[in-house]
Amino acid sequence: MKNAIIKLLLILLTFGIIAWAHRTLDSYTLSILNNIGIFAILALSYNLINGVAGQFSLEPNGFVAIGAYVTALLLIPAADKIDMFALVDPAPIILEMHARFLPAVIAGGVVATFVALLLSVPVFRVRGDYLAIVTLGFGFIIRIFALNSPAYTNGAMGLNDIPANANFLWIGGIALFTLIVMLHIVYSKFGRAMKAVRDDEDAATAMGINTFRIKTTAFMTSAFFEGVGGGLLASFLTTITPDQFSFLLTFQLLIIIVLGGLGSMTGSLVATILVMGSMEWLRFLDQDMVIFGMHTGEHPGMRMVVFAILLIVMMLFARKGLFGDRELPEFLKAKFKRKDEA
Amino acid sequence: MSDILLEVRNLTMKFGGVTAIDNLSFKVPRGSTYGLIGPNGAGKTTIFNNITGNYIPTEGSIIFDGEDITGTKPNKIVAKGIARTFQNIRLFKSMTVLQNVLIGFHDQIPYSYFEAIFRLPRYHRHEKRIKVEAMGILEEFGIARYADNDATALSYGNQRKVEIARALATKPKLLLLDEPAAGMNPIETRDLSDIIHKIKKDYDLTILLIEHDMKFVNAMCDTVTVLDYGEKIFEGKPADAIVDPKVVAAYLGDFTHA
Repeated sequence: MKNAIIKLLLILLTFGIIAWAHRTLDSYTLSILNNIGIFAILALSYNLINGVAGQFSLEPNGFVAIGAYVTALLLIPAADKIDMFALVDPAPIILEMHARFLPAVIAGGVVATFVALLLSVPVFRVRGDYLAIVTLGFGFIIRIFALNSPAYTNGAMGLNDIPANANFLWIGGIALFTLIVMLHIVYSKFGRAMKAVRDDEDAATAMGINTFRIKTTAFMTSAFFEGVGGGLLASFLTTITPDQFSFLLTFQLLIIIVLGGLGSMTGSLVATILVMGSMEWLRFLDQDMVIFGMHTGEHPGMRMVVFAILLIVMMLFARKGLFGDRELPEFLKAKFKRKDEA
Repeated sequence: MSDILLEVRNLTMKFGGVTAIDNLSFKVPRGSTYGLIGPNGAGKTTIFNNITGNYIPTEGSIIFDGEDITGTKPNKIVAKGIARTFQNIRLFKSMTVLQNVLIGFHDQIPYSYFEAIFRLPRYHRHEKRIKVEAMGILEEFGIARYADNDATALSYGNQRKVEIARALATKPKLLLLDEPAAGMNPIETRDLSDIIHKIKKDYDLTILLIEHDMKFVNAMCDTVTVLDYGEKIFEGKPADAIVDPKVVAAYLGDFTHA
């Protein structure tokens, strides 16, 4: 009971900070925060299938693309679609579909979940790293589909003028919601079963766990939130093209969840802030700097070099990521316990 | 309720051209401790894998509690009341001792995915209940004080106990133990046999075990079946097994033709 009250207060406090930030911060800072929020949603959900359930998959870019396109097409008014689709006329269903912001975002998640179900039936019937191969291919297929079906996606020109409904109140709130949902899954019989499947699939089966169902559950949950994140991304950027959803997006998320610690939700959150934040904070490296009176000159891309070095150093000192597979409170508890004993 | 809990009927298991089990039959009476012994490669673990559904028998059937369970999926077999341990300890290595045991309760927790996500009352009720029950099992094994330790940080003997405790959490009627005393010193072995005797009584279990340690088998088993190359060469009391000429020949080689 006491824990529940503390938890509720913490949630309210966090939401209060989000609301405060939304009202007072300037648009540049907010755009960074929005980016962090969206990537937090994506990293948290990616960590569920990859870290908690231990099923190595490379799917986020595919599901993010699905979510982004579904949400965008639902949000853009029919008249704008006719103007926008320059290559061919939009398909009738594209003109008909329309929804308000929240239903549109949820629809993106639902469609991604459904696609995940279709993928998981063949993939999880066999053991092994087939998921990685299938999801990698799936990401390419989605991109090629988006490029080559101009009646549905406007092809390579992408979609523009997507109503910018996604402000930090929405994005921060949904990111907070995602974190809570993920932690609740991890600390339940489902999260335990996912970890059991990751640790030893045979032993998990011997405990009565239906491993096919658990893996499918984890995959579909990941897909849902990746779709939602994609929808928010579309509305935040107001313009999407197929090339945004290349494998690089998945790769970036993979860096985040490995850095945070596979299986640690709070680790993913902290890593998202570190990675997405430092991309911005290291910008000064690209500019001309004065060191001991000498001008370094402008080196665009220098921050990426430094960023890569920082990543390597971090991974050298924390092989299992920032928090290993523990959550932040457990990690701190273990740290302090060890110090007490020493 | 018949007094036979498990019956293996004319079981044959072939892997390609190799016959691992050849037309084997035996009955495990309810409430007994039954031993499967035999030299390495005799097919003992294969029988376990057939009973637990990991392998589907080439021929023959497995009857548990009056029901034919041949070809049932491994996780469904657990629900019917058969739990197992593994020859090489297979604990969930990222988890604590308590969490390992909690996994065993998976099937007995009725709350749904949504109830877990939104933390509805049923979640709290059942999580609290299984934690108490799991601690009870750990106390029975005398390892309750390690509940929050990483499972793999325990001594070998204690890891064995965790594995059996985890199997018990699934509320089995039949417990399959694959070489429970392997790699233990005599003191640990005695400790383990005491515990197995105790849980057998407390949880009303029938036990089928594979073991090489004949002292352990003697102390535990009412009946043993001796296997050699997938065939039954002896069935009876463990004390008679070690003097049976066929059994001696299987273990030490046949001297009569030398």
